[in-house]
This record gives sequence, C-alpha cells and structure tokens, in this order.
Amino acid sequence: MSRNRILSAVRGALDPSHAPARRSAASARIASAPKHPRPNIAKLEGDERIARFAECLAALGVDRIEVQAADEVPAAIATYLSARGLPLRLRRGEDNILASLPWHHASDLVVDIGPAQADDAVGLSRALAGAAETGTLALASGPGNPVTLSFLPDTHVVVLCEQAIVASYEDAIARVLAENGGVVPRTINLVTGASRTGDIGGKIVMGAHGPRRLAVILIRDGAQRT
Amino acid sequence: MTKTAAFEAGVSAALANEALQHALADVPAGFVAGRARQKAALPEFEGLRRTARDIRDHTLAHLDAYLEEFERNAVSAGSTVHWAATADEAREVVLSICRAAGARTIAKSKSMVSEEIALNAALEAQAMEVVETDLGEYLIQLRGERPSHIIAPAIHLRAGDVADEFRLRHDHLDASRDLATPEVMVAEARSVLREKFLAADVGITGANFLVAETGSAIIVTNEGNADLTMSLPKVHIVLTTIDKLVPTLADAWPLLRLLARSATGQAFTAYTTIVTGPRRPEDDAGPQSCHVILLDNGRSELLQSEFRPILRCIRCGACMNHCPVYCAIGGHAYDSVYPGPIGAVLTPALAGVGEAGHLAQASTFCGRCEEVCPVEIPLVSMLRGWREQAFAASDDWRSRTFLRAWVQLAKRPRAYGLAARIAAAILSALAGAKGILRRLPFGERWTRQRDFPAPQGTTFQDLWKRRERDEGPAP
Amino acid sequence: MTDGYARRPRVGLFVTCLVDLMRPSVGFAAARLLHEAGCEVVVPRAQTCCGQPAYNSGDRESAKTLALATIAAFEGLDYVVAPSGSCAAMLKLHYPRLMSGDDDSERRARGFAERVHELLSFLVDVRGLASVPGNYAGKVTYHDGCSGLRELKVSGQPRQLLAMMPEIELIEMPATQACCGFGGLFSIKFPDISNAMVSAKTASIDQVAPELVLAGDLGCLMNIAGKLSRQGSKIGCRHVAEVLAGETADPPIAHPRAAS
Repeated sequence: MSRNRILSAVRGALDPSHAPARRSAASARIASAPKHPRPNIAKLEGDERIARFAECLAALGVDRIEVQAADEVPAAIATYLSARGLPLRLRRGEDNILASLPWHHASDLVVDIGPAQADDAVGLSRALAGAAETGTLALASGPGNPVTLSFLPDTHVVVLCEQAIVASYEDAIARVLAENGGVVPRTINLVTGASRTGDIGGKIVMGAHGPRRLAVILIRDGAQRT
Repeated sequence: MTKTAAFEAGVSAALANEALQHALADVPAGFVAGRARQKAALPEFEGLRRTARDIRDHTLAHLDAYLEEFERNAVSAGSTVHWAATADEAREVVLSICRAAGARTIAKSKSMVSEEIALNAALEAQAMEVVETDLGEYLIQLRGERPSHIIAPAIHLRAGDVADEFRLRHDHLDASRDLATPEVMVAEARSVLREKFLAADVGITGANFLVAETGSAIIVTNEGNADLTMSLPKVHIVLTTIDKLVPTLADAWPLLRLLARSATGQAFTAYTTIVTGPRRPEDDAGPQSCHVILLDNGRSELLQSEFRPILRCIRCGACMNHCPVYCAIGGHAYDSVYPGPIGAVLTPALAGVGEAGHLAQASTFCGRCEEVCPVEIPLVSMLRGWREQAFAASDDWRSRTFLRAWVQLAKRPRAYGLAARIAAAILSALAGAKGILRRLPFGERWTRQRDFPAPQGTTFQDLWKRRERDEGPAP
Repeated sequence: MTDGYARRPRVGLFVTCLVDLMRPSVGFAAARLLHEAGCEVVVPRAQTCCGQPAYNSGDRESAKTLALATIAAFEGLDYVVAPSGSCAAMLKLHYPRLMSGDDDSERRARGFAERVHELLSFLVDVRGLASVPGNYAGKVTYHDGCSGLRELKVSGQPRQLLAMMPEIELIEMPATQACCGFGGLFSIKFPDISNAMVSAKTASIDQVAPELVLAGDLGCLMNIAGKLSRQGSKIGCRHVAEVLAGETADPPIAHPRAAS
C-alpha cells in the first residue's frame, strides 16, 4: 500500500506520462553502465601503480611486507607477529590459495580455520584486489575469507598478490566479480587502513571497533611489470 | 516564545558555552584543512563535482524506475524490501521486524534517518535495548543528546566531557581508573560495545547509497561498526530513504571519491562495504535475513518542488564544517535533526516552514557551503527560496511594514535622496567628532556589540551634483 | 585598453545606497579610478538601492520593482560599475533570476547584466588599468567580501591593483575568505552570531596587525570597523578604491574626524 503511494507520488512528481521512457532509460543505464571520468590516480599503470599503492599504505599506517613467492608467506607472517610481540596464532578461512601455503614452514605458528571467534587475536584473509588510487584492499565475504576475520581480531593480516593490484575501485570490483564467478558476494569489503575514530576530542585513535593494526603481505610471485 | 526567539535563546546559550566554543574551535577546522589538502592533491576534484551532480540529477529524474529496479534486484538477492511513507510507518516496520526476531538487544550503526524518525525511543518503549555503536553516537546516547553534526555527532564534546560520562555510565568498572587519553577511552568503549555486538539480535544500519543494478546498499564507516552490525546479529535492517539510490555500481565511485574527501578530509573511508542481501547458503557468517526499509517522509514532495536539488545531498557535512554560522553556534542550537546549511534547507521541508523557516534566516549567504558541496547543491538559492515562502506566509507585520515602506521610498529617487540627505546629516551630527555612534536609535541590535560608523555627512549624490555644477560635467 | 571602444566608454556608476549615505569618498574614488581607466563617468540620478535587502528577505516582488527601476536608470550606458561585490552580483547574477518567467523583463535584465561589473574586476579585466593614482605607503590587509569572491570571482584583481603601489605592503590575514558576519539585515536579525563572526575576523586582523584593513564592500567594512572601534583598536578600515585612488583625506571608517 505504502509502496504504491510512494511510487505514485514519485511518478507524479516526475510526470507520469513519461514513466515508460524513464523505465527504458534506467534499464539501458543498468545494462550498459556509464564510464565516468576517472582521476589520474585511478589510471596508473605498471611501476607507478605499484608505487602509488605502497605510498598509500604507508600514509595509512599499514604495515607492508613484501615476499618474492607465495611459499614465503607463512614464515613472513610468523616473523611479523613475533617482531610485534603478538601471539603466534591466527585464524583463516578456507581460501584455496591460503590453504595451499606451506604452513609447516612456520612450525611455531598455530593456524585455526573458520569464522572469527570473539577472542581471536589475529585474522588472516586474502584480498582479491588492491586499488592503487587509495591503497584500498577489496575482500569478498564467504567461507574462503569470512568477513568476521576482517573485523573482530585486533590484528588483520591480508595476503595480496601483486598482480591483483589494479588502478581503480572500478577495476578492483571487476576483479572481485571475476574471481567470484560473476556473482556479487554478500559483502564486498573495501578496506583502506585499520579501524579508526576521531570521535573523542577530534583525535584519531586506531582500533575503534575493528582491527587496530593492518598488515599487507604482498606476494610478488609472477608479477608482470609493464 | 516564537520559533525565532527560541532559536536566538539557543544561540546565546551556545555562544556562552565555553566548552562548546573550545570544541568548535578545533574540529571543524581540522575537517576544513583536510578537505583542502585532498582537493589540492586531486586536480580532477572540481570536474568530479560536476560528474557527481549529474549522476544524482539523473537518478532523481528517473527515481521511480530506479526504485523499482532496486526492489527487484534486492528481492532476488534475498532481501525483504519495505516501503514507508511516513516516520510512523517506518518505526512500525522496524518494530515488527524486531518483535518477530524476538529482539532484546539491538545494535545500531550511525543513521541520520533513524534520528529523523526518532527510532530509539520507539524501540525502548517496547523494552528493547538499543545500543548506538558509532562511538560519537554512543557518547550522545549516553548523554541523552542529539547529534550536533551529521558525521561527527559528538563534535561538541571534549575529551574531558567523555571521561566524566564514562565514569558515570560504565559503573561496573573501577571508579578510579585512568581515563586521561582518548586512546584509553576508545579501548574502554570498544570492550563495552564488543559485548553488545556479540549479544545483539538485530543490527540496524543506514545506507550511504543504494545500488539499483545489484540491489545492494553501500555503507561507509571508519570504525568498522557498521560491518559488525551487519555481520554478527541474525537480522540486518537497512533503514534508509528513497533518495539514496544510484543507478549502478559504476555511478557510485565518483560519489565515493568525493564523500570522504569532502567530509573528513580522508581520501577514502577506512571501510566501504557493498552489502547485498542476507547470508548465502555457502556463507559462514552474516544475518539470516536482511530487510531494506525505503522511507519517503517528504522526499517525493521535494522532488516536485523547487527544492529538488537538496535530494542530491550525500550527507558529507562539508557545508556545516565550512559554515561560519554553524562553526559559531554548533549543531544543537539549530534544534533540528540536520543542522548547518543542509539542515536549514531540509528541515523546513520535513517539518514545515512554520516550524523551521527561521533556520533559513540565519545565514549571511556567504556561499561557502555551496562552494564546497560535492554535488553542487545551490544552498543559497534554496535558503532564499524558504525565505520567500516564509515572507509570503509571515505574520511578522513589523518587518513586512518596514521593508515595504523602505521599498516605497526607494522607488522614488527624489524622496529617497531627501531622506538619505537628512539621515546622513542627523547621524553625522549625532556622532560629532568621534566618528562613531556608540548607541544608535532603533539600532541597538547593532550597537550592543559594535560601534556604528558615522556617515561623512553629505550624500554622494549631493556632492556629485555640486561638483558637476561647480566644474561642469566630468571630462 | 582591452575593449573595442574607439571613443571613451560611458560608465554608469552604481553608487550603492551605503556609499551614497555613509561614505561618498568611496564614490569619488571609484569615479577617479574609472576616469584613470579612460572612462567617462555618469551618475544617474534615478538610482537608489539594488533591492538586495528585499530580495534576501524573501520579498521578491519588491526586489523586482527596484530591479526594474535600476535597469531603467542605466539605459543607454556602455557599462554599469559598482564599488561593491555584493551589489554588483545582485545586478549581474540575480536580476535575470528575479525576472525569470517574464520573458521581456528577463531579456532586459540579461542585456543589463552583461554590462554590469564590480569596480576592481572592471579596472583590471575589462580596462587593463596599468597604474593607479594612489601611492599608499604602509602595511595593509585585504578582506575578501563573500559575494565578490564567490559570485564574481573577485580575488586577484584587488591584489594586482594594490601591487601597483610600490610602497604598500600587503599582508594576508588568516582566513581572509571567511565571512565577516555582516550579511545585510543578518547583522541586526542575528546580532549575536554576527558578533561572533566579526570577532573572529578582527582576531584574524589582529594577528597581522596592519595599519589599514581594505575591502571592496562598504557593508563588510562598516561591520569590521564598528567592531574594531568597540574593541579600542587603532587599525583603520577603508574601501580599497580610496587607497587606490589616493582619496584618503577623510579619516578611515569609524575613526575620529580630523579637527578642522
């Protein structure tokens, strides 16, 4: 009832006789989404793109650890956690790539699997893309990378392949959809730095509700530099 | 007391409130500097504003079609879409969802629409516990206040105020604990609110945008509280209004590129989440049901009025950060859900010009708000539009008579010239050699705090006439 | 000279009601500068007020009446120039908007608007004035009036003109683009807010401690000068045209008259 009231009020405001034309204009726009101009920072290529991504992470206070190959990830995480005095225990989802890592290389690192529990200290996820324009990580929800891992633990470690660094948000979403078989996942989480708030006296404090600390493990394996 | 008099009383209180004045001295200025930095770092900023405006205008001009598209796609993603024409209806929808879920605890992420419909009181009246999880909202919920800013609701508080409040309200903690820094207080709020998140049966968020193409909501926060709100409880409610649509995801990016830059001066908010429906069969987390409530509450009327451009608003708050009036008096003096320039335009539309028309008077028309608006809302013209409606409906015969009499005079150059000559001579004589009037007859609203500069004594027209007579027409 | 008039263009000076009543020296300074810029200056008798107080109070009808009278008063002149960003913006941008819906009047308002300029931008942008008669020596600061700055984009021109005086020292105050809180009737409708705003402005001025505060709008200047005077400040306020034209025989706004 309210539905019809609202829709007819909107239609009335817009000229009811043109409703069919509006409908076809809307379908056309959805069928073929517009290509809006993008700023230059969202069009970078090659080394410039990689460098921008790194600069943005640094400016956001995100720790960045580069490894040459996926094999090195477990050991790099263990080194990172111990250097920060953090517990050598993390939780990850069922992500194929994360599962295929040689976790036995970091034998003192305990790896739990599944959605985050209230007292987990470290969450590990794989980002499907990184948007260089603002150093933004794109993650998709699902059993591979449970969304709770990004928000409940104090420390969030994100694995990202260097080839997955794209120029823009548009490109990042295209990559997320491609990896997800064209299906929009329940949530796409664009993460730009760790959780923060300025609500007490205007001072920025990290770790408002989500992680205080965000680290990106960047795998350079097979990176195509153009 | 008239609405204007009540407003003036609020203004006087705000100006005399030292704590508020301290808070206002720092925070909006930080946002202004941040926006300026972001604008300087992005040469395409002004062009993006054009694009953003066009996207919003296109959406509003096809709103019926996009609402239907959104509904179709949201439903096929598994969401339930509810329509609410009024605030009452929206509250009723929320209540019935919460009742059906057997909700005892409800976690809320920041939502101005929920303020607009006074949702918390309605839920509490049903013995449900509502917890605001945005830290700023949580602070004002503890204090029983309204947000004083749309993106920084507790901007009027200083760290010391927060410490006092925490000591009072978190009475299960050691009363002598250290609350000296914002860091300590944030940690305390985090642990208190974490318990609430884990206990919540229903999570309510707003939406920054709705995407017709995918039936998604886009929600941005810096704290991550919206993500916990939409992921942990078994029911997720997206409470939003019909003007929040964008056609496609591609249309969202130009707006998102401007939103945080205009709001807090960040390039991008820490968490930008595109949420589409409830958990999927394969998902390990997320709510079992997702409800989207589309509230009208006056928007469809605005759509056919001269005020349609106000519906472009993406709620960044830049207009208030840059408004010298807002920065002088803060948000509470407006006594409306939405303060600042956007509030002065939107509130008369939502509450009626008789209730809130006076807000549109409280502007010098300095134009800084529309200069920074990311979607180029002509805020000054809209404020003037409300003044026109207020003037037409006004029973303020004094200012009407004064204005009309003055116009009658100004229409008659000879009479006007004579009046100006007399006024210049009298004021100048009253001032004498001092060059100022410390009190001005009928002008004490000026001279209470400022001197009135004396005129030089003769009008320009008279002197020019004299010069032409003495010297002949200028060469 | 950058325009195409073979003869000297005839410029109608829109004096503004504030200059007419309060400070004729600004009008003479404007006339002098226009003369320097090679213009013939005409002051139509039939002008009074641009109608802004009515327009901004929501009284569109009254504003329209005054707008039509103003347009009529300046028929037949090549340009209309006002020593005020606020009044010039009213004439140039708002008259056509006021007349919308009335084709004939709108056409007239548009034709009129094309000829309207704010004084300082006219001198620089239209007339390419290369030197000014004034030669002020001392430290000044410039307040950007809102309408001139945001509606007419007047910002570089006054500074360019001031720089033509070799001994002047222009020091920018913090937040020079912040509104002074005048806002026409706003200043008496909301005196407390207006006072808070002008107090912020005088605090900015105090930070650079100039001898003179300059601006292109008498409204702002009366507000700022009135506040400085109440605060017991010695800093003077003048319309920028007075300094540029060297018309500084009269004391600054709100300063004591010289003993005669």
